[in-house]
Amino acid sequence: MYRYDQFDEAFVRERVAQFRGQVARRIDGSLTEDEFKPLRLKNGVYLQLHAYMLRIAIPYGTLSSAQLRQLALIGERYDRGYGHFTTRQNLQFNWPKLRDIPDILDLLADVGMHCIQTSGNCIRNTTADHFSGAAADEVEDPRATAELIRQWSTMHPEFDYLPRKFKIAVTGAPRDRAAIRAHDIGIQVVRHPVSGEVGYRLFVGGGLGRTPMIGKLVRDFLPKAHLLAYLQSLMRVYNLEGRRDNKYKARVKILVHEIGIEEFRGRVEAEFAALDPAAIAADPEEVARIEAYFAPPAFVKLPETSQRLAADRARYAAFDRWVETNTFPHRQPGYTAVTVSLKPVGGVPGDATSDQMRTVADLADAHSFGEIRVSHHQNLILPHVRQDELYALWTGLVGAGLAEANAGLITDIIACPGLDYCALATARSIPIAQAISRRFASPERQREIGELGIKISGCINACGHHHVGHIGILGLEKSGQESYQVTLGGDATENAAIGQLLGPGITATEVPDAIERLVAVYLARRQDGETFAEAVRRLGIEPFKAGFLAAPAESAHAAA
Amino acid sequence: MAPAKQKILLPAILLANDLLDGDVIFWATRGWSVDPAEATVARDEAEAAVLQTVATAALSRGEVVDAYLVDVTLRDDGLPVPNHFRERFKIAGPSIRQDLGKQAAFAHLRGRA
Repeated sequence: MYRYDQFDEAFVRERVAQFRGQVARRIDGSLTEDEFKPLRLKNGVYLQLHAYMLRIAIPYGTLSSAQLRQLALIGERYDRGYGHFTTRQNLQFNWPKLRDIPDILDLLADVGMHCIQTSGNCIRNTTADHFSGAAADEVEDPRATAELIRQWSTMHPEFDYLPRKFKIAVTGAPRDRAAIRAHDIGIQVVRHPVSGEVGYRLFVGGGLGRTPMIGKLVRDFLPKAHLLAYLQSLMRVYNLEGRRDNKYKARVKILVHEIGIEEFRGRVEAEFAALDPAAIAADPEEVARIEAYFAPPAFVKLPETSQRLAADRARYAAFDRWVETNTFPHRQPGYTAVTVSLKPVGGVPGDATSDQMRTVADLADAHSFGEIRVSHHQNLILPHVRQDELYALWTGLVGAGLAEANAGLITDIIACPGLDYCALATARSIPIAQAISRRFASPERQREIGELGIKISGCINACGHHHVGHIGILGLEKSGQESYQVTLGGDATENAAIGQLLGPGITATEVPDAIERLVAVYLARRQDGETFAEAVRRLGIEPFKAGFLAAPAESAHAAA
Repeated sequence: MAPAKQKILLPAILLANDLLDGDVIFWATRGWSVDPAEATVARDEAEAAVLQTVATAALSRGEVVDAYLVDVTLRDDGLPVPNHFRERFKIAGPSIRQDLGKQAAFAHLRGRA
């Protein structure tokens, strides 16, 4: 894992000291809220409905056990004993006091963490595949690239006041688990089909929010050494030509859409041709230093499959179910990557108590080289677990309420905080997730339905990624009531697609029944082995639309 | 952050977030209160204008954040209940965690949003 060098350490400490002074000046009245707000946002401090909120950056979703323990400590000492893992692979505390935040930032700095790049019109925290360095299908661990981008983009003077926020995601595998085409820039590590050289494929102009767009291919193959020069070129085109007169039209997706990808690409390539990539590229020694931090851990040589695991699975049915859903093929024989579900039935998606964080940290030390990942699905990942230790790990998770066997299933719901916390929300998200989760609680039923991703946002800003949910739910206000629009056919993977609206908004209480009807259409029409998303792609939206609209049509809301 | 409203509907109360801990607070007879039951209720435009003046002054002194007037309905016991669900949640706390927010401290808020 990447560790701060002396420069990083000094820089973060200086920022904390600076913010401590800014908070003191805000409290003594020297700074007005208008002056202070941009400063606090630069340090991850938002004001929500009930309290301040602190958003902590977890670069590319990678945490050490020591870092997770520190987050547990902060949650206990300065918050309400829990934290919320987000779709940006970050962690949010919902109840910090303004006066305490500098002390929290110091505790974060003690473990090489901070809140920089979690707000404002800058290049935000770079996200990555949560199975990076573990996935069997990976060309290369994308985190060295993500870390390089993080170092390049942090406080980059040219890109600190962009027209709007800017999000970059990186995957090292052909199967996209990082939703790269829903980002301003999506980067895929690829192998050149002819030369075999490892380089990048880049997409631009993806994004969700009020104008959802799927990222468009801007460069099919870019040599690795050219990455920063190419990113600089792309950011320059956006910085110069992105709109600043209307925040709703300021993201790069709008620029790409308005001038077209061919024109956009032409401008980027012209800028790129005028630059000297070698002068912009990171020093090869620095690149090697970063890559060394992401070298694989000291795996033991093991057979491909574990007899012990097979015996444990045969013995314990609940464990067997959990292994089936919550493990992922590892590149190293005898190992697996484990999803620790933060989606207990009826729970709050992404929430973890301080005690649960400590349990995961301890289990990571015992079974996963002290490494943890945060997934944009709002779960935790133990990336490198020996198959023959899975039962011991599972036992530890069961004790902490963290062994829900539902990764990728209908109860593994993504939900933004919504109107239970967020000042921007127009409706609640979490209770909708809880109601669906309770409705589909039966493990047998969940397995019968199979892979199905429901994503819920409480406003059009789409933090819950509803546009790319197999089923997406958007909470809005309609005539003074919470109302929910349901979309179908979204996809966050390499088959990226924006979901289509099924009909008029429905009430919160109608949502579980509506989901039931969509599932019923799928179960009735699916072919052998076909997932929900595949069935929707084959059948189109109409049969589902009919199912969606079939029900209590007389209800006032359906008619509205 | 606050819904932009040109005309204040009545009756109305003034709420804000406390500068230090972000807690929702209400303008009351003796200054800011954490208890909505103590909120001063403006029943006509003149009283609402007074609350608006208080909000402007408090914001300029920097003692609160995001201060604005909210239209309410008075319950039988006199408790002002915001007409919009957003402010009902804002006052009560997360609907999914009754142990958090004001609803944990004030019984009169529980299960109200």
